[in-house]
Amino acid sequence: MDVIDKNNKTLDYTPLWRLSLNRFRRNKLAVLGTIVLIILIITAIFAPLIVQYDRDEQNLLKIYQKPSKAHILGTDELGRDVFTRLLYGGRVSLSVGLISTTISVVIGVVLGIIAGYYGKKADIIIMRIVDIFMCFPFFVIAITMAAILGPSIWNVMIITGVLGWTSICRMVRAEVMSIKEREFVEAAKALGLTNREIMFKHILPNTFAVIIVYATLGIANGILSEAGLSFLGLGVKQPQPSWGNMLAAAQNLQSLQHRWWLWIPSGLLVFITILSINFVGDGLRDALDPKLKQ
Amino acid sequence: MKQYIIRRLLLMIPVFIGISIITFALIHSTPGDPYIMMIDGNLNVEDREMMLREIGYYDSIPVKYIKWVSRAVRGDLGYSIRYREPVTDVMLRRIGNTLLLSFSALLISSIIAIPLGIISATKQYSIFDYIATVIALIGVSIPAFFFALGLIKTLAVDLKLFPISGIETIGVNLTGFKKVLDILHHMALPLIVLTFMQTASLMRYTRSAMLEVLQQDYIRTARAKGLPEKAVIYKHALRNAMISISTLITISLGYLLSGAVLTETVFVWPGMGTLLYQAVSNRDYPLITSGTLLIALCVLFANLLSDILYAVIDPRIRYD
Repeated sequence: MDVIDKNNKTLDYTPLWRLSLNRFRRNKLAVLGTIVLIILIITAIFAPLIVQYDRDEQNLLKIYQKPSKAHILGTDELGRDVFTRLLYGGRVSLSVGLISTTISVVIGVVLGIIAGYYGKKADIIIMRIVDIFMCFPFFVIAITMAAILGPSIWNVMIITGVLGWTSICRMVRAEVMSIKEREFVEAAKALGLTNREIMFKHILPNTFAVIIVYATLGIANGILSEAGLSFLGLGVKQPQPSWGNMLAAAQNLQSLQHRWWLWIPSGLLVFITILSINFVGDGLRDALDPKLKQ
Repeated sequence: MKQYIIRRLLLMIPVFIGISIITFALIHSTPGDPYIMMIDGNLNVEDREMMLREIGYYDSIPVKYIKWVSRAVRGDLGYSIRYREPVTDVMLRRIGNTLLLSFSALLISSIIAIPLGIISATKQYSIFDYIATVIALIGVSIPAFFFALGLIKTLAVDLKLFPISGIETIGVNLTGFKKVLDILHHMALPLIVLTFMQTASLMRYTRSAMLEVLQQDYIRTARAKGLPEKAVIYKHALRNAMISISTLITISLGYLLSGAVLTETVFVWPGMGTLLYQAVSNRDYPLITSGTLLIALCVLFANLLSDILYAVIDPRIRYD
C-alpha cells in the first residue's frame, strides 16, 4: 500500500499484517505446522472421496485384520476399515476443537471486555467467576457434566467450551485495561460514542492479536479434551468415530499388545495435530507481538 | 503483608462458596437413583419411598445444599454410597497416593527443567536450544493417556520392566524396605508421564522468563561494568526470573492434583483421580462432591500460595 505524504512523495509503507505475515513465514516450524494442519483439514473434509469404504461398513468375516493392501491400516472389531474411520474421526475431532473454542472465545472475550472496560464491581464479580472456573478440576467436572448431558459430540463441545474460557478472559481483560487508557479511547468518548460502540468497535479490534493466539491454543485444548473424554467413554459415542474413541480400543489389553493399528494411528494423529497447532501458536505469538520489530 | 494475606484469604471464601454451589448443583442434577444399590431390592415400594424421603432424596437442591453445608462444617461429609463408609475415610486413604505422585513429579521436573531452560535461553538459537525447544513442545502436545498407553505397551507389556497398573503387587505381603521398592516400581510409569509433561511446560516457561530478563537494561549494565557472564546470568538474571518461575511451580501443584485424573485412571493408580472417576461412574454423589471440592480447595490454596510467594520475593509488588 502506498501513502502519500505532505510533499506528495510516495512512501514505502508496509501494513502491519504483512509485517506479521513475513515474520510468520520465516518461522519454519510454524509454516510446517500450517501445512500439516491444512492437509489434515482437507483429508477430513474430502474423506468420502479419498476412501473406498463406508464409514460404518462392517465385515464380520474380516475382523481384526492386519494392515494390508485392501485395508491400509487394518480393520477393527467389527471389520470396519480403520483408515476410513480415522479420516471421518478427523472431522469430529477437528470440529470439536473449532466449535468449543468458538464458545470459549465468545464467553471469554465478552466477559473480559466488560471486566476490563468497566472495572470496579463488574471486574470484581467477573474475576471471581473466573477464579471459580479456574479451580474446577477440569476432567472431574467434565465427566460429571458428560454424565448429566449424556455422551455426544455436541455435549463435548459445550463442556469444553464452557469450562475453557478463563484464560482468554484474563488476557483480554488485561489488554483492555491498558488500551482503555490510550488517547483514541478518550477521543471516542469525547465524540460521544456509547460504551458499547467503544468496547466492540474500537477496543475489541486492538485485542485481536491476543485473541488469535489464545484461540489457536484453545483449539488444541479442545481436541485434547475430546480425546480424553471419548477415551473414558464419556465423549463421542460409537458408531460415530472420533480419534478419542478409537484410542479407547487400547483399553483392551489384547489390542494394546497385538493390534497396534487400532490405537497408535489415532493417538499419533491427535499428537501431530496438537503439535502442529502449538507450532502455529508459537509462530503467531512471535509474529503478532507488537514489541518485536522487523 | 499480614493484611494482604488476610485479604486474600477472605477473598477465597466467596470463591469457594461459588465452587461448592456449582459443584453441588451439577452433581445433584445427574439423572438416576444412586441409592438403588444401597437399598434392599426386596423392600416394598412404600417402605422404599419412606427411606428415600427420610434421607432427603426428594428435597429440592437448595434444601439439600443447606443440609449438606450444615453437616460439612461439623466435619461430616456423608457416607460413600459405593464404599459404605465415611467419605473422609475413603479420601484419606487415597489422597496420600496422589500427593506422593504429584509432589515427586513436581520435584523431579523442577530439578530437570530449570537448568535446561536456563541453558536454552542463554544459548538461544543454538542446536541445544533448538532440540530442547522441540522436545518441550512434544511434551506439551502429547496426550497424557496416549503417552501412558505407549509406555504400558513398550515398557510394561513387551519388555516386562514395570507392572502395568496399581500401586503394589497384589497377594504379596511385603514390609519395610521391600514394600517401598515395590511401590516405587509401580510408581515409575505414571511418574514418567507426569514428570515429562510438567518438565516440558516448566522448561518452556523458564526459557521465556530468562529470555525476557536477559533483555533488560540492568543486564546490559551488569555486562557493561565487566561482570563475568556467569555472575550476570546466575546472580542478576536468574534471581529475577525465579520470581515468576517459582509462582508457576506453586500453581502447577494445583494443576498436577487436578490434572492427574487421566494419568491415574490409565494406570489405575489408587489416588484421588481414579477415585473420582470411579465415583462418577458409580454415581457416588457424596464422594464426587467432597472429592471435587477437596481438589478445588487444593488448587485455591496453591494459587494463594503463589500470590503470597510472589509478594514476598518481589519487592516491587505493592500489597494494597
